[in-house]
Amino acid sequence: MQLRHKDLLGLEYLDKEEINLILETARPFKDLFTRSVKKVPPLRGKTVVLLFYEPSTRTRTSFELAAKRLSADVLNISASTSSVAKGESLIDTAKTLEAMKADFVVIRHSMAGAPHILASKIGASIVNAGDGTHEHPTQGLLDMFTIWERKGKLSGLKVAIVGDILHSRVARSNIWGLNKMGAKVYVVGPATLIPPRIEDMGVRVYYDLDDIIGELDVINVLRIQIERQKENLFPSLREYNEIFGITEERLKRAKEDLLVMHPGPMNRGIEISSSVADSSRSAITEQVTNGVAVRMAVLYLLAGGDSRGVRK
Amino acid sequence: MKLVIRNGRVVDPKNGIDKRLDILVENGKIVKIGEPTQFRPGDVTRSTVTIDATGKMATPGLIDMHTHLREPGREDEETIASGTRAAARGGFTSICCMPNTQPVIDSVSGVKFILTTAAQEGVVNVYPIGSITKGQKGEELAEIGKMRIAGIVGISDDGKPVMNAQIMRRALEYAKMFNLTVISHCEDLNLSLGGVMNEGFISTVLGLQGIPKQAEEIMVARDIALAELTGGKLHLAHITTRGSVDLIRQAKKKRIRVTCETAPHYFSLSEEDVQGYNTNTKINPPLRTKDDIKALCEGLADGTIDCIASDHAPHLDVEKDLEYNMASFGIIGLETVVPLVLTNLVRKKILGLSEAIAKLTVNPADILGLEKGSLSIGSDADLTIIDLELKKKIGKEFISQSKNSPFIGEELSGFPVATIVAGKVVMEDGKLV
Repeated sequence: MQLRHKDLLGLEYLDKEEINLILETARPFKDLFTRSVKKVPPLRGKTVVLLFYEPSTRTRTSFELAAKRLSADVLNISASTSSVAKGESLIDTAKTLEAMKADFVVIRHSMAGAPHILASKIGASIVNAGDGTHEHPTQGLLDMFTIWERKGKLSGLKVAIVGDILHSRVARSNIWGLNKMGAKVYVVGPATLIPPRIEDMGVRVYYDLDDIIGELDVINVLRIQIERQKENLFPSLREYNEIFGITEERLKRAKEDLLVMHPGPMNRGIEISSSVADSSRSAITEQVTNGVAVRMAVLYLLAGGDSRGVRK
Repeated sequence: MKLVIRNGRVVDPKNGIDKRLDILVENGKIVKIGEPTQFRPGDVTRSTVTIDATGKMATPGLIDMHTHLREPGREDEETIASGTRAAARGGFTSICCMPNTQPVIDSVSGVKFILTTAAQEGVVNVYPIGSITKGQKGEELAEIGKMRIAGIVGISDDGKPVMNAQIMRRALEYAKMFNLTVISHCEDLNLSLGGVMNEGFISTVLGLQGIPKQAEEIMVARDIALAELTGGKLHLAHITTRGSVDLIRQAKKKRIRVTCETAPHYFSLSEEDVQGYNTNTKINPPLRTKDDIKALCEGLADGTIDCIASDHAPHLDVEKDLEYNMASFGIIGLETVVPLVLTNLVRKKILGLSEAIAKLTVNPADILGLEKGSLSIGSDADLTIIDLELKKKIGKEFISQSKNSPFIGEELSGFPVATIVAGKVVMEDGKLV
């Protein structure tokens, strides 16, 4: 089995079998990390461009490591150093990368739909590394991988995503993915940070985490951005912390094996307390490791790979 | 100079005509309409220019009461010359241009510039609309009276609302003296701030910031209340939501002086067309839902919506080939109004032919007090001939300098085939004469 599309623009566009394929493929790549030589040859001779219009350390280095461990050549272009600052349009940048015969373009952009523009203009495989408040599909995949590894399944699990859902591409990708895999998804956050008609994506909305905390198998905590306070989306960080912060106290009523995740970077003491972030419940550092494995799987599969190797 | 249009289906809503007739034009005026038998030997001579309209429809010249010509200031996007040619290709003989140019048309000199340039370089009638406030800043009234004397036919800060209700009140009151219609762009800027599409499920999925319908409806309600307060003549531009249609319907029942328009894209496309991030779907107000389309059709059918206007808003490719958030708002429309009305309203039996033509002729003329929009004997010989059966796929061959149309690639039925301004043929078979 192979992926149906040349690009990974969002989990909205994948089906259950494709998600399963990516997760299954990531597992042997993760096993590779325990070896002394962590590099395999499938993408030798391929060029992966990391085109980052937004600052990102975690996602960029994760993709870089994934590409390098697959033996690809990696080119980093970031907004601060590139022609973007000189006012070149995304489409012109795309044409330039096309002319350089890039095989993959991994794009992070502050605006929704930017990866779609690239995908429609150039033949390289486009991987969305986060576009505005639209999707962050590899984050969604690595979150699902993490849950799947810890719980042995996704179907039937109850997963809450807590925080600023409105501005979260991580939330959207998780919702698409988890729903397709048969999990039950809740979103919890201030009413001002719940996007309109999110229920129609197949989630249930709660404003009080305590209402459902006892039933949850997984809680995925989102970063709250202080800038949102200036837009009058919530009155203060301390109020946010009191109502939505994930603390030991709040988790007393949770299941013993509740898994706590966070896509990072964390605001310790605001959306999550340090003691929870560093507890045995937390899979936060493991998510980082899994991110590399999942991104390897994505690049490998988009290159035409299957269980027997890359064929094109 | 004489012109005769033979054997066309003459549809003149003002005079209640819908019949196969001949039209005789002399010295730029309509002099006779009737059966061929009613014509005397001297009426048509060998020197009379004949247009055979057999199998086609002849209507009063179409009027677009909402056009952006971009000149002065953005002649790279459109000029009075190119915009009037696009209008002629689209079947329009008269267009009303919005004042949100650079500089804003907020003074007599601006009005004179438009009229002079249009007389020299235009191919259809151009009626300027002046701004409500100086520089469209929403702070001080523009010299409405002086502009009226210079030739404006309405006032509007279109592109922006007049956010201050007191200023809007004063504008409605003051414009009454001149029998001028105040055209309102209904948008609460605080609610719409940052939005790029309709707020709802699709905006949530696409991760684009939404503009709630209420941003429009709150201002529709406010302006209706102010029209009631002042007795001023209020026209609401580009209405897009069910709530707005309901408010206007109620206001009309209460005999408040309010009229409104919608644009063809609002009944032809919905928010679902934004999927895929095609920036030619980025318009303000935004494309709404299928239910709103239904409400617009109901409003068009029962007369709540008086007019259909293009809201022709030219933008260059460089302003549109961008990330969705960065792209300019607006699409061109002059060259696609007629086929969209005929394909999406008349063929679907939402409007009768005469009702549809009324919304493009006599109704806008009445709202703005133009002596246009009918085929009455003695009136200006502005005519549009339309082939109801002509099917074409919309390509990129617009006469407009800009090509930002979401309808490129769509097959539509019913196109204008001749445009006649004051007895002179300015467009024939889609080509400018």
